[in-house]
Amino acid sequence: MIAPAQSSPSRRHLLGIASLSPQDITALLDLAEAEVAVSRQTEKKKSVLKGRTQINLFFEASTRTQASFELAGKRLGADVMNMSVASSSVKKGETLIDTAMTLNAMQPDILVVRHHSAGAVALLAQKVACSVVNAGDGAHEHPTQALLDALTIRRHKGRIARLIVAICGDVLHSRVARSNILLLNALGAEVRVVAPSTLLPSGIAEMGVKVFRRMDEGLKDADVVMMLRLQRERMEGAFVPSVREYFRYFGLDAAKLAYAKPDALVMHPGPMNRGVEIASEIADGPNSVIEEQVEMGVAVRMAVIETLIGTSPEGQT
Amino acid sequence: MATPLVAPLVIERARIVDPARRLDAVGTVVVMDGRIAAAGPDALNQGRPEGATVINGSRLTVIPGLVDARVFIGEPGGEHRETIASASRAAASGGVTSILTMPDTNPVIDDVAIAEFVMRTARDTALVNVFPAAALTKGLAGREMTEIGLLAEAGVKAFTEGRKTLADPALMRRIMTYARDFGAIVMHETQDAALAGNGVMNEGLYASWLGLPGIPGEAELIPLERDLRLAALTGCRYHAAKISLGESAAVVRAAKRRGLAVTAGVSVNHLSLNENDVGQYRTYFRLSPPLRREDDRLAMVEALADGTLDIIVSSHDPQDTDDKRRPFAEAEAGAIGLETLLPAALRLHHSGAVPLMRVIEAMTSAPADLLGLDRGTLKPGAPADLVLVDLDRPFVFTEDRIRSRSKNSAFENARFEGQVLRTLVSGRTVYEAAD
Repeated sequence: MIAPAQSSPSRRHLLGIASLSPQDITALLDLAEAEVAVSRQTEKKKSVLKGRTQINLFFEASTRTQASFELAGKRLGADVMNMSVASSSVKKGETLIDTAMTLNAMQPDILVVRHHSAGAVALLAQKVACSVVNAGDGAHEHPTQALLDALTIRRHKGRIARLIVAICGDVLHSRVARSNILLLNALGAEVRVVAPSTLLPSGIAEMGVKVFRRMDEGLKDADVVMMLRLQRERMEGAFVPSVREYFRYFGLDAAKLAYAKPDALVMHPGPMNRGVEIASEIADGPNSVIEEQVEMGVAVRMAVIETLIGTSPEGQT
Repeated sequence: MATPLVAPLVIERARIVDPARRLDAVGTVVVMDGRIAAAGPDALNQGRPEGATVINGSRLTVIPGLVDARVFIGEPGGEHRETIASASRAAASGGVTSILTMPDTNPVIDDVAIAEFVMRTARDTALVNVFPAAALTKGLAGREMTEIGLLAEAGVKAFTEGRKTLADPALMRRIMTYARDFGAIVMHETQDAALAGNGVMNEGLYASWLGLPGIPGEAELIPLERDLRLAALTGCRYHAAKISLGESAAVVRAAKRRGLAVTAGVSVNHLSLNENDVGQYRTYFRLSPPLRREDDRLAMVEALADGTLDIIVSSHDPQDTDDKRRPFAEAEAGAIGLETLLPAALRLHHSGAVPLMRVIEAMTSAPADLLGLDRGTLKPGAPADLVLVDLDRPFVFTEDRIRSRSKNSAFENARFEGQVLRTLVSGRTVYEAAD
């Protein structure tokens, strides 16, 4: 597996799956498993991060991921603040670096950052004194999504190793796909991608996956089917000719799912385009674990935040 | 005639490398009245001129001053990035004594008045020779051709769209046809804008892992092949300004074999670096064309050695720190290079990849011939543009050494061998290493 080397694999930040060892990943999943129990109690609040400040800095709108991180921080006892881009000075031409310096001066303990540009979160992390979690940077990585997907799979299948996982759809523009390819390979799964070639990145065959252009072949005997969201602007002629044609060949319906194992899990990072990449009956059907993914998202993010800043400040440098 | 502006200068016992004369020998260089009086093993036959400053050049090398045929400057319009004066100081310290400045200024160098402004400003403020290139089309807008005849007459040495590629093949054909009648050189950087799209680095596995949109090699090749066909059709003097691919070198090589009057250049960046240098989103390595695969870099080196590539340029392109301290895809492309052109190119000599004579030729007599300059050589009578260099002296190119107004170097903290000790332009010392 060839992945760009990380300049300094640091435990202080979570910038991508690429910098995690299989042991790191397993430890996070184990901790997340315990956090699931916390979220299911009536009293959902821990005090491990009492007095700590978490800032969610989202340069790209995302109701779901931001809410998930907010809830995760609050359940750990942290004070959580959301910075929305629309009301910030970022729109007024302030650079990313300036924003980072300003927020840094407010002495947060952890920054959760989403940005539309690959590498932007790592750049910001170089300029601040606190821990940084990548909540998605361009088409690069979305590590907590891959972790929550892995947790969901592990809870159902008991393991990741040797499972056949088919990632289907717009791999080209997907940070979710990249993080999942890295994580699933690290834990020993067989990773497939299924998409029209216009939606696959250059060099995909060297990224540790088997490449398929047909769903029947790609889904054959799969244990997990992960669907990716197709952005609206890519549906109508630029990358695929039409929604109708895309759904016909690459949308997950009962006929295509029948090629996978009977107990295959159907996953989607959300938000779904019903009738584009996935049929409603499948999204709401017995194989779907899409809602559970959302629940695991909170648990995984609690585990990540607690791991990064839950220890004593002396132990973090 | 006139009294000498500066005392005669004699550099003794130096190795003299003068590609125009195929000279590589230990000897003496005599500079008088701003010109080379003699340079070679027998140069002291008439004795030292009276009152001459004498420099002991033993273990040092004298080469002609470098001619850099691709330099972007911010003046007029972007003086915060670089002025003609600041670029000339950077050039002098890098052993570059003549620069061809690109027309991507504001206003664009597309008419005689602006070209004359640049030449006048250079005369008044620059330490080195500055020759403007003018745009192929007015305002670099890709619609109407510039006054090629008048501009050439005013002293413009070449015509280019700068960073841009002319998309319209019919207009390109007419400009090349018209330029041919005036014997003007058309220098073109080829990158199809639509095919490059929003790409920011070389397309391939590395870009895919970084999640960055890629630029395929075909974006360079398709307009290059078009241009070479138009060069055959029109008979225009065509220069492929900055190629980056092994396949581009192959098509230029084939065009030369067919007898076309075409030449080609490469930036020293593409001889020295590859896409892996981008590392984790290092914006100083965001260049145009993008840094390519190692195979391509090796092919560039080979093409330089076999003469397919005629010249090496710095492609000096100063950018604000603010425009570089951004996420990779949002940062401006380009890197400064006047100060690192010579030492970076000398790596090819030190590694044994390309003979010293050929490396120096590609930065001196070859670009001088291309632009029709009486420079780039140490032959007697030529203007005394020369560099005294210690080819083996190591140094680290740290940020505090940078003389350019912008600091976006792709060679920051690079280790080099080959330090410029003194630079002369028309016999005047314009740079002397502190030491």
